[in-house]
Amino acid sequence: MKKEQQIDLYHQMVLIRRLEERGAELYQQGKIGGFMHLYIGQEAVSTGLIAAREPRDRVITAYRDHGVALNCGIPANEIMAELLGKSTGMSKGKGGSMHMADTSKNMWGGHAIVGGHLPIASGFAIGDQYAGNDNITICMFGEGATNIGYFHEALNIAKTWGLRVLWVCENNQYGMGTTVERASAISEIHLKAEAYGMKNSRVDGMDVMKVYDAAKEALDYVRKNSQPYLLEITTYRFRGHSMGDPERYRKQEEVKKWEESDPIGIFRKQLIEKKTATAKALDEIDTQAEEEIVKAVEFAEASPEPAMEDLFKNIYADTE
Amino acid sequence: MPKITIREAISQALMEEMDRDPKVFIMGEEVGVWGGAYAVTKGFYDKYGAARIKDTPIAENAIIGGAIGAAMVGQRPVAELMTINFGFSAMDYIVNQAPKLHYMFGGQFTLPLVIRAVGGGGRQLGATHSQTPDAIFAHFPGLKVVSPGTPEDAKGLLKSAIRSNDPVLFLEHATMYQVRGEVPEGDFTIPIGKSKVQREGKDVTIVTYCKGLELSMKAAEDLSKEGIEVEVVDLRTLRPLDMEPVIESFKKTNRAVVVEEGWKSYGVGSEIVSRIYEEAFDYVDAPIIRVAQKEVPLPYNRTLEQAALPQVADIVAAVKEVLK
Repeated sequence: MKKEQQIDLYHQMVLIRRLEERGAELYQQGKIGGFMHLYIGQEAVSTGLIAAREPRDRVITAYRDHGVALNCGIPANEIMAELLGKSTGMSKGKGGSMHMADTSKNMWGGHAIVGGHLPIASGFAIGDQYAGNDNITICMFGEGATNIGYFHEALNIAKTWGLRVLWVCENNQYGMGTTVERASAISEIHLKAEAYGMKNSRVDGMDVMKVYDAAKEALDYVRKNSQPYLLEITTYRFRGHSMGDPERYRKQEEVKKWEESDPIGIFRKQLIEKKTATAKALDEIDTQAEEEIVKAVEFAEASPEPAMEDLFKNIYADTE
Repeated sequence: MPKITIREAISQALMEEMDRDPKVFIMGEEVGVWGGAYAVTKGFYDKYGAARIKDTPIAENAIIGGAIGAAMVGQRPVAELMTINFGFSAMDYIVNQAPKLHYMFGGQFTLPLVIRAVGGGGRQLGATHSQTPDAIFAHFPGLKVVSPGTPEDAKGLLKSAIRSNDPVLFLEHATMYQVRGEVPEGDFTIPIGKSKVQREGKDVTIVTYCKGLELSMKAAEDLSKEGIEVEVVDLRTLRPLDMEPVIESFKKTNRAVVVEEGWKSYGVGSEIVSRIYEEAFDYVDAPIIRVAQKEVPLPYNRTLEQAALPQVADIVAAVKEVLK
């Protein structure tokens, strides 16, 4: 990968971290409502993954979606505005934290019913197969979603019909507060693909370059063979499941141990060691990201609330 | 005008729309090689091939979720649920995804999607395969729910549904595929969200749809012989609901009976009656009566099943009651 792109990936990861740290503060201040799930700790997963896609490849994910939205190229301004429920958010303040999408960036949401977006991802691929193009649908979900029926129906039809879907399981070890071992018959999630005769693999999700390489390989396979692929990316969320998580299910020592593998720290070290960038240059990127988020918050706070008549807008497309 | 069955009307609508728009395709259980569990898509597989007539696994989430996805990326799928009873397996998609995705993302996604499903009792299929749960689906803003009762409406409304950019649940009745009626020749559509007076009369308004229409028209004929002239208003679409012809008719007759095949409690009739009281209270001359299914899971035994389902005689009696 070119030097500039690597530095760009570093920038994206820091931007996600800063955006979410600021988001958490705004949530505590009551400016952001509803459920909010932070991606902190998992930044390398979507950053490496989405860097490997072609622009024509579609991305769909679950509710932990702020990072994915940034990686897809949605401006921080719009993400922050959506978090604050403003009319300048990409979903015009009607979706909130869990429903970020921008079809012009091929980011198709932000879906909050666990596993519910998997058959929809198959549907994107059915549509693309019908249209005769070679677009890939990249469908991200947590390991908790692999225990629900949707997962099995979606994987089965994808393999049976030869759909171009890259299934990406972000295994962050917990479905809310329940460990993988307590919820899933097998803890090596990618092996579930074996039941469908589907190619699969597992990669360390704390190392962005490893994720990128694994994703590239998987995407190549999907495109060339017109077959789905299940890629398991192991990771860990440093924060609670959502903002209202007392974290009774795990010990602080465990979190601390994982924090030693901070994906941003790991990548920073790699960039400096390989002399891709100097510490000073990376510090400047850190500062720049900080400033971008300050501006995004300003933009969001200054943005107008949705108009009252928007309440009845977009119920039916036919009457618009 | 030629007389055709509802089965033929639906089949023609599907074929005409598939010929008209290459984005239209059909997916569902046994729609292809088998020819459709109710023979609606008989011959389609040979004419259009496997790419446009997609036989799916028995996996309702994959079918409806898949159709939603394909619609979001620009195709116009017609997904078939073998029966609406199997729709409960895909409830998340029908009521919690399809009606919300346009609104929740600020209008970014459109879902030009039709879900065809067969419902209704009267075929001795037992309690889990005989339901008329239309009211449940009509509860959700964002979904359009259509349920025709004549061949003309079946054809015209299905064509509108396929051309619509919104998700439409198209409910057919298992015992009505052989119902015959006149259907205009050539390309025509009937707008979704428009009720229609199917029979004019001055004494009592019957508000109904789908199977209830068939029963109500028979009841109206019987009553006519006794000198009672019933006006029958066919809702045709349950959401968005068009109350205008209902209210107009009620203002004329001042008496109404609402007929539906589903259960009475929390049903379509409950909604219609409330709306009449809200919008035309000053015109009420008698309490409005609902004719609906008895509050039991439908039994297998033929006599018991028929006793639970609304009958022509029940409608006749209800009309006489509101005239007292």
